[in-house]
Amino acid sequence: MTQTAEPGQAPSGTPAPTARPERRRRGDRVGPSLGPFILKLVLVGLFDALVLLLLMLLLGKREWTIFGVVLVAAAAINVIYLKKGALPAKYLTPGVVFLLIFQIFTLVYTCYVAFTNYSSGHVLSKPEAVQALLSQNQTRVPDSPAYPLTVVSKGSELGFLVVDPVTGQAQLGTESRPLTDVQAEITDGKAVSTDGWQSLTFAEILAKQNEIFSLVVPRSDDAADGTLRTQDGRTGYQFVSGLSYDADAGTLTDTAQGTVYTDGGKGAFVSSSGETLMPGWSVNVGTENFTRAFTEESIRGPLLKVTLWTFAFALLSVATTFGLGMFLAVVFNKKGMRGRKIYQAIMILPYAFPAFLAAMVWAGMYSKSYGFFNQVLLGGASIPWLEDPTLAKIAVLMLNLWLGFPYMFLVCLGALQSIPDELEEAAKTDGASAWQAFRLIKFPLLLVSVAPLLIASFAFNFNNFNVIYMLTGGGPRDMDAAIPVGETDILISLVYKVAFTGQERDYGLASAFSIIIFVIVAVISIVSFRRTKALEEVN
Amino acid sequence: MVNKSQLAGFGALAAATALALSACGGSGSGAASSSSDSSAPASSSSSSAPASAAGSLTVWVDSERASALKDVAADYEKNTGIAVKIVSKATDKIKDDFTQQGSAAGGPDVVMGAHDWIGELVKNGIAAPIELGDKSADFSDVAIKASTYQGKTYMLPYAVENLALLRNTELAPEAPSSFDDMIATGTKAGLKQPFVVQQGKEGDPYHLYPFQTAFGAPVFGTDANGDYDASQLLLGQGTKFADWLSEQGKAGTISTEITGDIAADKFAKGQAAYWLTGPWNVKAAEAAGIKIAVDPIPSPTDQPAAPFAGVKGFFINEHSENKLAATDFLVNYIGTEPVQTKLFESSAVLPALTAAADKAASDPVIAGFQKAGENAVPMPAIPEMGVVFENWGVAEAAILDGKDAQKTWNDLVTKVEKAIAQ
Repeated sequence: MTQTAEPGQAPSGTPAPTARPERRRRGDRVGPSLGPFILKLVLVGLFDALVLLLLMLLLGKREWTIFGVVLVAAAAINVIYLKKGALPAKYLTPGVVFLLIFQIFTLVYTCYVAFTNYSSGHVLSKPEAVQALLSQNQTRVPDSPAYPLTVVSKGSELGFLVVDPVTGQAQLGTESRPLTDVQAEITDGKAVSTDGWQSLTFAEILAKQNEIFSLVVPRSDDAADGTLRTQDGRTGYQFVSGLSYDADAGTLTDTAQGTVYTDGGKGAFVSSSGETLMPGWSVNVGTENFTRAFTEESIRGPLLKVTLWTFAFALLSVATTFGLGMFLAVVFNKKGMRGRKIYQAIMILPYAFPAFLAAMVWAGMYSKSYGFFNQVLLGGASIPWLEDPTLAKIAVLMLNLWLGFPYMFLVCLGALQSIPDELEEAAKTDGASAWQAFRLIKFPLLLVSVAPLLIASFAFNFNNFNVIYMLTGGGPRDMDAAIPVGETDILISLVYKVAFTGQERDYGLASAFSIIIFVIVAVISIVSFRRTKALEEVN
Repeated sequence: MVNKSQLAGFGALAAATALALSACGGSGSGAASSSSDSSAPASSSSSSAPASAAGSLTVWVDSERASALKDVAADYEKNTGIAVKIVSKATDKIKDDFTQQGSAAGGPDVVMGAHDWIGELVKNGIAAPIELGDKSADFSDVAIKASTYQGKTYMLPYAVENLALLRNTELAPEAPSSFDDMIATGTKAGLKQPFVVQQGKEGDPYHLYPFQTAFGAPVFGTDANGDYDASQLLLGQGTKFADWLSEQGKAGTISTEITGDIAADKFAKGQAAYWLTGPWNVKAAEAAGIKIAVDPIPSPTDQPAAPFAGVKGFFINEHSENKLAATDFLVNYIGTEPVQTKLFESSAVLPALTAAADKAASDPVIAGFQKAGENAVPMPAIPEMGVVFENWGVAEAAILDGKDAQKTWNDLVTKVEKAIAQ
């Protein structure tokens, strides 16, 4: 199953044609590299043009950190490719850039998220959350009329020119001046202009739309009368604010009840009686996600169960695929067998099949009443392959065996062929049976070269998301668990469910899980590699 | 040799940078809005300002509706000078992307969605309230009710969807009077599986909900304002429904083996005479050459079987820089009869605006869905619904597969109660 490099079969470079040195000398008449040099200039120019575009976009969005990083990186790349020499750097740079973008950044960001409460209700920054709370708590005064409205300006001051729907009187107000009666020209019940103020066209309104959208005009000196706002620049409505924000104290106050909400330190406003206002914002919560994973009852139980199954799944996958692969390799390693090449080719077929596709096809074949297994192989039985907890586990392992044995077959075949035949012959001369020769001579030698691959295969299967997600989706559901976890869920598919399904997303917790998985896999790999080294020394 | 591979490597780097750039670049609406800031009202005379001065709107639309909306948006741009950029998104990605990227630079101004997102979007502080004023009277009651959350409108509705019974008129010429009548008629016509409704391994409570209501068991009760109230979980009244479901599972009339694809296939091949489904499957059935009629959902009891109403609409991003333009686009344009009719023509789903709906109902299929939805109630949009959905379907599937009906249903209720109380 692992996609790591296959052993043996190193891409043997074609032997250099003998004519080559001669040809190179002949090419000298044009100078060593004028054509490539021009091409290089063009490519560097293209790259710089793209960087310039990106820098301009970043400038517009005032993203100074990214701006700086891009600028420095682009300058470095220019220097590396335009300077003579520095050949290693020329080769390494693309790889390093990709490594930084796709590996290091992802890793660092996952670690960062694991220590925050980034989850449903905590996706914003604090100022954004305050804005959303204030906006959500603007309530239109019940049974209040709609005001036909014209946006007017005097200098830089903006105001609303409205007609009181009850009295028919034109009124003008600004942020600092409550609505007062004015003389105005009224057409179709809408005050269109008044002396001393300029009426804005729709295009002009759009040019200042944020200012106008947030413009609050008091209806009278009495704050209880509410304020006039417009959302589309044409009609005004009377609103009262349910919450008011004190920027200095950093508190929100419920204007009707008088309840004061303060920053509780956990990314939300909390009242003294413990009521929380949503939306909250994303903050650093230290190691809370990790402690939750191990202490919260609803998470710990399923997590333990899933961890055990993940180990079982990875170990059994490696054991079964290796067992079958090695058996077939030994059988097909017999020289002089007819059609050996054809058998070997057929054997490798599943390896050439995309794993996720195979999983989907197998899901159909496992179907209880329409599937191939029950209908054709078992003559119309109705075995609940994917519905029964135990059978589903077996089904997953069977699919993984089918997917994984060709790899092990290839690996073992290569390793067996590299073991000198003399060893076996010598053993037989000493009176060893075929089984003894295999068990005591060939198998240990095989293990030396294959063991690191087995460890890699274990690590791969530990995080084998495709097979689980595409075949069972982690199901059947564990009806007793408090979180939606299934019987065949492995850790990585559990992480996916925590982060990306349902209405309650918890990205912070999922990131913490990923780090835990990383630690487990890393520890196991290090320990096993150490032990493999010992194996080598013995031999 | 060396020079060439060096260049190839560099070429790859340049190409990848281009990719990375285009990914980072985003929609570039930030640049547009900053340019609109600089163009102060210098000319007061020009009423039709050029598009660049009026700014632009980025609208996220699910991929199926993108082309219809493009025409509509082009007309709006002509009238107001506001450029509307339609971004086609995969249907199952829109909500997540909106919640995660809505507040970031280059996020959308307007997003197409469904009413049951409201609770989540409000909790995440990403949807802005929209004041419809007197215009709310022009929409159907169910559309306005669904778009309202905690007393405020958060969505401009454009279509109302609900389930109904598609009937193959050749196999079953008459509309069934009850669920049992339907099964009996179909069986008499020689069908092994006369009725199909999509389920699956994890169940599909949305498609079973009409039958559940027929047994008088909605999910949540409503408070004095008519809003769903999470403290009133009424799911527990559904034990009789659970028994009925268990019987259907045993008889095979409803089965977890029937997925959406299998149901469509059986109906298209004439192996099933009745199909409980939504307007989105009408085209597929007609394309298969089946003559269909749309009936109200037959009830297994003497109470009506009321489906959920799903209302589609548009949200405004709370963190948009163009909220005024966005409000104008929605309230004063999308909310008008010609636009709603145009959207209907492409989607064939009943418009939310009454005037457009009346026009659309001249089509018997649409009229059929409208009649089937007479008793429909909006699917609850409160965040607690997430817990319900997490457990509801699997419990129903377990009952259909033969688990003890009473116990499974009661377990479901206690589990949901516990999760809500947390």
